[in-house]
Amino acid sequence: MGAYNEELSRAGVLLAGEGLHPSSKGARVRFADKTRAVVNGPFVESKELIAGFWLIQARDLAEALEWAKRIPFDEDEVEIRQVFDAEDFGSRAHARTANTK
Amino acid sequence: MTLDPQATIDAIWRIESPKIVGGLTRLVRDIGTAEDLAHDALVAALQQWPRDGVPSNPGAWLMATAKHRAIDHLRRQALHARKTPAMAAEWTESPSSHTAPDATDLDDDVGDDVLRLIFAACHPILPPEQRVALTLRLIGGLTTAEIARAFLCAEPTVAQRIVRAKRAIANARVPFEVPRGQDRRARLAAVLDVVYLIFNEGYTATSGDTWTRTPLCEEGMRLGRVLASLLPEEPEVHGLSALMQLHGSRLRARRSSSGEPVLLDAQERSRWDRVLIRRGLAALDRAERLSTTPGAYALQAGIAACHARARGLEETDWPRIVDLYTALAYLTGSPVVELNRAVAVGMASGPAAGLAIVDALVTSAALTTYHYLPSVRGHLLEQLGRAAEARVEFQRAAALTKNAQERAVLLARAERLGSA
Repeated sequence: MGAYNEELSRAGVLLAGEGLHPSSKGARVRFADKTRAVVNGPFVESKELIAGFWLIQARDLAEALEWAKRIPFDEDEVEIRQVFDAEDFGSRAHARTANTK
Repeated sequence: MTLDPQATIDAIWRIESPKIVGGLTRLVRDIGTAEDLAHDALVAALQQWPRDGVPSNPGAWLMATAKHRAIDHLRRQALHARKTPAMAAEWTESPSSHTAPDATDLDDDVGDDVLRLIFAACHPILPPEQRVALTLRLIGGLTTAEIARAFLCAEPTVAQRIVRAKRAIANARVPFEVPRGQDRRARLAAVLDVVYLIFNEGYTATSGDTWTRTPLCEEGMRLGRVLASLLPEEPEVHGLSALMQLHGSRLRARRSSSGEPVLLDAQERSRWDRVLIRRGLAALDRAERLSTTPGAYALQAGIAACHARARGLEETDWPRIVDLYTALAYLTGSPVVELNRAVAVGMASGPAAGLAIVDALVTSAALTTYHYLPSVRGHLLEQLGRAAEARVEFQRAAALTKNAQERAVLLARAERLGSA
């Protein structure tokens, strides 16, 4: 992953990126009207757990996809989302990984 | 959802082309030829990939294909040179052209090739508009049409700039290298200026109907980060990267939902991009750690950082901004910097102190057609309650600006003073 991140960095597209601890160290907050229920991890019932994310600057979806395809994963899944921009022509794409259990 | 294969290939091309063109230029010693050969590889990809699928490592595929074509090209040239004695003499000047170099050479120092390409594209023998066009084309991977659109000029104009630039580089026999020694500082300064020009053309569009053009800003910031990763020990590279990202963080807040410009004092700071601020401050920190005597970009980034750290206009460290502008004015001797210093002094010590500096600049020949001078003067006069004089200044500024939206804002300010 170091080499991949280095490639992103050399191409000037990497804005941020973090790996996340397992859900056993995390918690969730569930909203229902005015109540807030806190549920501690791990979340074994989940089909997908987010394990990390990259924030990259890409000109369009095709470029974001191209960078995502180069992530050195053997399995798992990576989802690409665009950061909302008021003018909607800032073209920063937001890739985050969703690890399947 | 499936993506058009053309879009995929375009994206791959944008990512890979600087590395490919850089590697080929090192081989064939001519940017134009390298671009043609790289383009041949792209055409091959456009024929094969939609039919056979995109290879698992498309960059390596393109590089290998281009490399084979380059070697064929060199062999043909060597053959041709043997057949024509007149040309053969010239070839002996560069013995490396005679033999096809080992193909594996191309895979080394990819970053260095990109860097060499940047230095060639920003070479001081080229006029600025050619440097900008060539940099966007070679390092940005933009097409001629995209560059023309970004700079609001006709496509043939841009095409001609690129052709002329490549010819000038070839005629001057500009060596394909990262400058070292004495030359390096000036050459690096030229590169940074080109990148900042690209960013600024997007940030404050000097002409046209829109106030900002975000894609140019993003390309400028990206080029800045490329340079920062390739030249990590150069303080001004980080200074420029910091400056662009700190200014870039305000892009969303700089225009209203209807597209009108919003100046710093009226910006909603919650709309500033925290990611870019964080990156900008980190880059500034690096620039400051690498050098105790900040350059012009690091100083400007320092000023932008004062704004980025402040929660509002009143909480801004104006005395520090005045100090930074004073250092910058000393370094550059620029009347534009002095004008900005006047604004900061106006904030730190009151409008009368600011106006005194502006009034000393009114006779400066360099600023006679600069709309920002009457605009600043109008602002300070307004604060001092001299509404009639302020009104005249805003009208003068409106007449001088070439940007339609900025003109509208200035005329509105003049109008408000008139009815008061």
